[in-house]
Amino acid sequence: MSTPYAKLPAWADYGLIPLINLLVAFAVAGLVVLLVGENPLRAAVILVEGAFGSGQGIAYTLYYATNFIFTGLAVAVAFHCGLFNIGGEGQAYIAGLGIAIVVLAFDSTLPWWVVFPMAIIASALFGALWALIPAYLQAKRGSHIVITTIMFNFIAASVMVYMLVNVLKPAGSMAPQTRQFLEGGQLPKLGWLLAEFGLKVRPSAPLNISFLLALAMAFLVWVLIWRTKLGYEIRTYGFSSKAARYAGISETRIIIVTMLISGALAGMMALNPIMGDQHNVPLDFAGGAGFVGIAVALMGRSHPVGIVPAAILFGMLYQGGAELAFEMPNISRDMIVIIQGLVILFAGALENMFRPTIQGIFASFSPRSVGIAAKGERA
Amino acid sequence: MEFVDTLINILNSTIRVSVPLLLACLAGLYSERAGVFDIGLEGKMLAGAFAGAAAAAVFASAWIGLLVAVLVSVGMALIHGFASITHRGNQIVSGVAINFIAAGSTIILGQAWFQQGGRTPSLPPEGRFGAIHLPGADALRDVPIIGQLYSGLLSGHSLLTYVAFLAVPFTWWVLFRTRFGLRLRAVGENPAAVDTAGISVAWLRYRAVICTGILTGLAGSYMALAQNAGFVKDMTAGRGYIALAALIFAKWKPVPAMFACLLFGFLDALSIRLQGSPLPVIGKVPVQLMQALPYILTVILLAGFIGKAIPPRAGGVPYVKER
Repeated sequence: MSTPYAKLPAWADYGLIPLINLLVAFAVAGLVVLLVGENPLRAAVILVEGAFGSGQGIAYTLYYATNFIFTGLAVAVAFHCGLFNIGGEGQAYIAGLGIAIVVLAFDSTLPWWVVFPMAIIASALFGALWALIPAYLQAKRGSHIVITTIMFNFIAASVMVYMLVNVLKPAGSMAPQTRQFLEGGQLPKLGWLLAEFGLKVRPSAPLNISFLLALAMAFLVWVLIWRTKLGYEIRTYGFSSKAARYAGISETRIIIVTMLISGALAGMMALNPIMGDQHNVPLDFAGGAGFVGIAVALMGRSHPVGIVPAAILFGMLYQGGAELAFEMPNISRDMIVIIQGLVILFAGALENMFRPTIQGIFASFSPRSVGIAAKGERA
Repeated sequence: MEFVDTLINILNSTIRVSVPLLLACLAGLYSERAGVFDIGLEGKMLAGAFAGAAAAAVFASAWIGLLVAVLVSVGMALIHGFASITHRGNQIVSGVAINFIAAGSTIILGQAWFQQGGRTPSLPPEGRFGAIHLPGADALRDVPIIGQLYSGLLSGHSLLTYVAFLAVPFTWWVLFRTRFGLRLRAVGENPAAVDTAGISVAWLRYRAVICTGILTGLAGSYMALAQNAGFVKDMTAGRGYIALAALIFAKWKPVPAMFACLLFGFLDALSIRLQGSPLPVIGKVPVQLMQALPYILTVILLAGFIGKAIPPRAGGVPYVKER
């Protein structure tokens, strides 16, 4: 099959087009702000100031970004294999159960640096297991993974409500959540790191050590995808499943392994809110982060170097959006959901909308850059 | 006698909760049969419900509400079409985007326009589709079984309920007995063949997503204008996804779609009715299990344990003309 679009120079492909798509998404979001009767520019200023204007703001921004790095990586790894893991939300939610089991068992006896590795393994394991059934069904039975992972999101929500209300809730308590974690289940904060740079951060700021774990995972994903045999197989399968089959790559193995990795990454997201901030497992702690991961992965073009800034951008929207809600009562945090949708639309579904125009511009300046040797040669 | 009353009660609420599922499910049927996957049913329903409730509140007319709901839903469907047909984007990604845009903008606009925390004002009776009493329903009320079924189950629903159930044979007729339906199904199976026959693939698919928009608009209107008296934020609460599950469960066929929606509606009605009271034989069933059952059933079906659900062959694949 012929590819519908001609080539562009790499910097335009990976820099210019995503940037234009992003700008359009934000311009449309600005129109919504206008429709609500507020000034979009003032909104943008308040947003950025709320997110980066103070040490406290930065700590919150990076705290939210931590969630989105995990879920963005999860979606990205699956994308490389040509799979759409829309179930990050459910995988993260279920991972909370794994963390709860580990922490509730050991937080009174062991220090955090022993509990934390165990909790990482538990969260990754539960997240991966929740991705295993959809992966198996896709690989062996051809059930569409998008539908099964959506279904598993809802099933996860039901399971967690049941577990929190009937099993994990301490006796005599009304709130559907686990008991408060003791010292062993609380991760150290990273506020001091920002304080080193002369920023003022209150000890309550939720930025914690799982941010570093997220960065480490971003690096490991880069190594996995671009520097290992498995990563090469994943990309091959994603690029052309026929070619992969021809090369002797086991379809079943590659789908299942990729989804296990994806689920594990999504699962680790649960560490950040549970052990880093809330110190218990509440209802609905994932709060849509699994879905933000889709926007982050699309915006970051499924590359860790793109995902980390994209996650920080969404962290900024979350934190700045909270500040914005104070200043402009008409704009609540739900504005972010719109922006998220617009980013997914323009950077994802409509990513090729501006491509022909840009190609035309490039071709008129330098035909060679788009692979056209001379005028009239290509019919 | 009490048993019959209870049963009719449960069946009656089954119909009520099935209607939005059914309309959304048929909506998805048109789109997916034409080869355009649509996981944005949820978002289109939500946007339709909001637009319908807002317009009905401002103009105090259910019909204007319905019209605006359909227009907005069709508009969202056209965005999906623009992305996935014209620009050959990923249909799943586009559907996800539609869901988020609808979820966010209904709350933001609702709050900005009506200042009631994302709700629209409560609708007056003329802004809603009221119950229609079929002729003779009162007279037959006391006739055992048949009269009860007629007056308690068939009569007393809103116009949109009857429209939804009539849409089932209508959809069947359109898909399997008209030229448009034949072409629509063909474009979902083998668009290249349709193209060879000199019929525009894009225009056919656009017409299919417009049908989807109309039906999701009706689904949203039903929720906001008939079932409730106004819009509440996130009022579709995942029904678009259950409709999608029902569509797969029904293997993309209209009449089985109705039964799938009734089944999922029945589970919903039953779980509301039971609320933790024990069932005979099985004992106490957690509410959460009942709520998760449609999803679990769909996964089991997808796994191929209850027959095999084979989607339209060209579903999800943008059509690129040979060049």
